[in-house]
Amino acid sequence: MTNLFGAVMLYGIYSLLSATLFVALDAVDVAFTEAAVGTGISTILMLCALSLTGSRQEIVHKTKPVLGGAAAIALGIALLWGVSDLPQFADPAAPANLHVVPHYLNESMQYTGIPNVVTSVLASYRGYDTLGEVVVIFTAGIGVISLLSGVQRSRRSKAVKS
Amino acid sequence: MKHHVVLHLVSKLLIPYILVFALYVQFHGDYGPGGGFQAGVIFGAAFILYSIVFGKHLVAKVVPATAVYTTAALGVLLYTAVGVAGMLFGGFFLDYSVLSSDPVAGQHKGILLIELGVGITVASVMISLFFCYSNYAHPKDSDTT
Repeated sequence: MTNLFGAVMLYGIYSLLSATLFVALDAVDVAFTEAAVGTGISTILMLCALSLTGSRQEIVHKTKPVLGGAAAIALGIALLWGVSDLPQFADPAAPANLHVVPHYLNESMQYTGIPNVVTSVLASYRGYDTLGEVVVIFTAGIGVISLLSGVQRSRRSKAVKS
Repeated sequence: MKHHVVLHLVSKLLIPYILVFALYVQFHGDYGPGGGFQAGVIFGAAFILYSIVFGKHLVAKVVPATAVYTTAALGVLLYTAVGVAGMLFGGFFLDYSVLSSDPVAGQHKGILLIELGVGITVASVMISLFFCYSNYAHPKDSDTT
């Protein structure tokens, strides 16, 4: 696909579909984030980026990617094979549900007084992780701001010189 | 986008509700789905929608770029300040139980404050990213602000 506008739209649709998938899996908090961040803001920011770069891909590969396609199909088969070894969805005896999950589900209400376990895990039990995420967003913002405003400044100073 | 009457009308009607919904997601995240990240994104989206439809210079009058950069840093600082406050009150870093005489009330207070910090940072970063892109694409608009 050389039309990048179409690629961005497909990305948005894919993101919205995965948000509905998360709703079907009862992960409403994740679905909410996916719908707001993945479908909403990311698509807008991608379109903004396209308005800077143009929406057509200039480098077109003439050769058909046979080796890459074969590798992708092989990897897909291997992953599907691996999925069959995973525990059933929402299996109470799955290792992931036996470690700290019973503690969170049974005792987070007495500990934090907050009914939404996702919030109490994210904000209280995993406060360090969330702090890290906020710092990542902040740093990414600084990066984009300094990149774009720096380029603009040099472009202007060139225009002044000429 | 000066002649899109329907877009103007619909976004004028919707933006107040988007902002209120963002605040609801922010402060009701303890009870329902949501939290700082989602609320920040929705809050930022309202400003982005306004600047797409009505022009960036109008939004830049309300929230200048320097103000957004400052609040982005303030959100992170609020989060870390809550963590340090836990240490000052005799607990560990990011230990909210000591913030109030009742541990559960302290947890509640700490979570509310750090979610607010997350929301402020995320909303500010989203708005400033959009400003950056549009300033770069249309540098002339930024000169009028």
